[in-house]
Amino acid sequence: MSLRTSRPARAGQYLALLCYLVFLAFPFVWLISTAFKPARELGSLHPTWIPDSPTLENLRQAFDEQPLLRAAGNSLTVALSAALIAVVIATPMAYVMARQRSRLATAATGWVVVSQAFPFVLVIIPLFLMLKNLHLINSLLGLIMVYVVWSLPFALWMLVGYVRAVPAELEEAAAVDGAGRLRTLVSVTAPLLAPGIVATAMFAFITAWNEFFFALVLLKSPEKQTLPVILTHFLGAEGVADLGPLAAAAFLATIPSLVIFAIIQRRITGGMLAGAVKT
Amino acid sequence: MTLATAKTRSGKKPRSGEGASGGGKRRERVIDRGAWFLVLPALIPILVLSVGPLLYGIVLAFTDAQSGRTEPTQWIGTLNFQDLYHDTLFWESFRIGLLWAVGVTVPQFVLALGLALLLNQRLRFRWLARAVAIVPWAMPEVVVGIMWRLVYNADAGILNETIRDFGLGDGRDWLTGLATALPAVIVVGIWAGMPQTTVALLAGLQNTPDELHEAAALDGAGAWRRFRTVTWPALKPVALAITALNFIWNFNSFALVYVLTSGGPGGRTRLPMLFAYEEAFRYGQFGYAAAMGCVMVAVISVLLAVYLVGRLKSGDEK
Repeated sequence: MSLRTSRPARAGQYLALLCYLVFLAFPFVWLISTAFKPARELGSLHPTWIPDSPTLENLRQAFDEQPLLRAAGNSLTVALSAALIAVVIATPMAYVMARQRSRLATAATGWVVVSQAFPFVLVIIPLFLMLKNLHLINSLLGLIMVYVVWSLPFALWMLVGYVRAVPAELEEAAAVDGAGRLRTLVSVTAPLLAPGIVATAMFAFITAWNEFFFALVLLKSPEKQTLPVILTHFLGAEGVADLGPLAAAAFLATIPSLVIFAIIQRRITGGMLAGAVKT
Repeated sequence: MTLATAKTRSGKKPRSGEGASGGGKRRERVIDRGAWFLVLPALIPILVLSVGPLLYGIVLAFTDAQSGRTEPTQWIGTLNFQDLYHDTLFWESFRIGLLWAVGVTVPQFVLALGLALLLNQRLRFRWLARAVAIVPWAMPEVVVGIMWRLVYNADAGILNETIRDFGLGDGRDWLTGLATALPAVIVVGIWAGMPQTTVALLAGLQNTPDELHEAAALDGAGAWRRFRTVTWPALKPVALAITALNFIWNFNSFALVYVLTSGGPGGRTRLPMLFAYEEAFRYGQFGYAAAMGCVMVAVISVLLAVYLVGRLKSGDEK
């Protein structure tokens, strides 16, 4: 945008930007600060932004209090499996949705839109009963199945956009050269789609890594629970929490998503754009 | 991505055209026969684990299904709905849910629009702001809840400390105060959903051609006039879609408030989802909770339909 902006207006814009930055960043800064504060400072009547004597004690204590490692392992298992399965089954469908204007593709697109607003209450009870009949309550496999389906709408959404960005002419050329549908898909389209597929898988991973509601309902025993559910155990029954370890564990649980998000942020933004405009 | 958008838009027209002129021609093929095997791997799980449970849930609402009961489940007609009609606690939670959804969606939209407009300017540190603005999106909702509990903490929280620093009083117990709990969780809701809304609006802004802005500026239009006549009309579809989605998402939200207040104090922040969750998984009333789900979905759909139709109509007149 090359519009001339007057100097006071510019100053106002920077001031506004600063306000936004403070609003968006301060809780996170506070979380980190609390995570590294020794108990003595946490009990102080005048909390400070920066710990006087930063410590890793909270982290150690957090691992003592709750089975964090096992929970992280569970989260990793569930999120990785769900993400992989989701892209493997979503990619072909997204391909059809993007390339063929059929009634099925229309219906699928409609479903994707509706599922953005999916009424979880109405779905969780039947799911609970179904999984119970299959003896998949309190099982990571059951949760993986739920997460696969749960991440499908957005995965399809993103992937359809990526497929559309691959020129159909390339496929037509391959078809003219005598390659079959599957051949074309594997040797022409898939390589061009690869970055999009990876981004989609990463997004599905974060969604599953962060998810709480289904995990809370479907996983009963602490050995099976995922990281977000274990985190709530720090809060205690009456909500009285040991602030240091709580903050340390919470900060730790965020790191994987933050790292992945930093990598794929641009691609997600693109997917979101397509999604938002299409609705 | 603009490519994708353009294609969907142009793709819609022939679709409706085909329906009208399809009399003589062969009917629109449902799908290339060879493509079925591409669709089924995703379609089957979707049908079994998402469409199926949805329908099953509606059926459950008309039964007396409970957890851990030995007698078989009975069909009880609309009894659950009749009970629900008289359940003042449910309607109270419904009211709170609407308050929360509006209280989060509207300010969030205004704030996100401001941020998107700023991020669309050529400002220094824009990259930093973009990076920071996206952080809440990456965080697990549970962590967001925990984080804000640390902020709101009566003694060790930074909010009360800041209030004391500025000599504005002693601060208070934000999340357990009857009057402050709902506003306090609403602020968290606004914060948590900022990235998605901002990104969507920013994307919409970048679809507006710069030339229009420049032309308007040459005509001497001020910032506000330019926003109203050039930016807003182009942004409207995105704004409408994201607001509608945000409203539903917020109305259906669970984790954030579960971690922040568990619905307390005295039910002041008990969103419908929390209520239904307790009913189903604490008291085992599956049928009753399913009926709640049905009512929530129905009311939300009606509200949205009215809203969307209203907006579309007002859009057509222009």
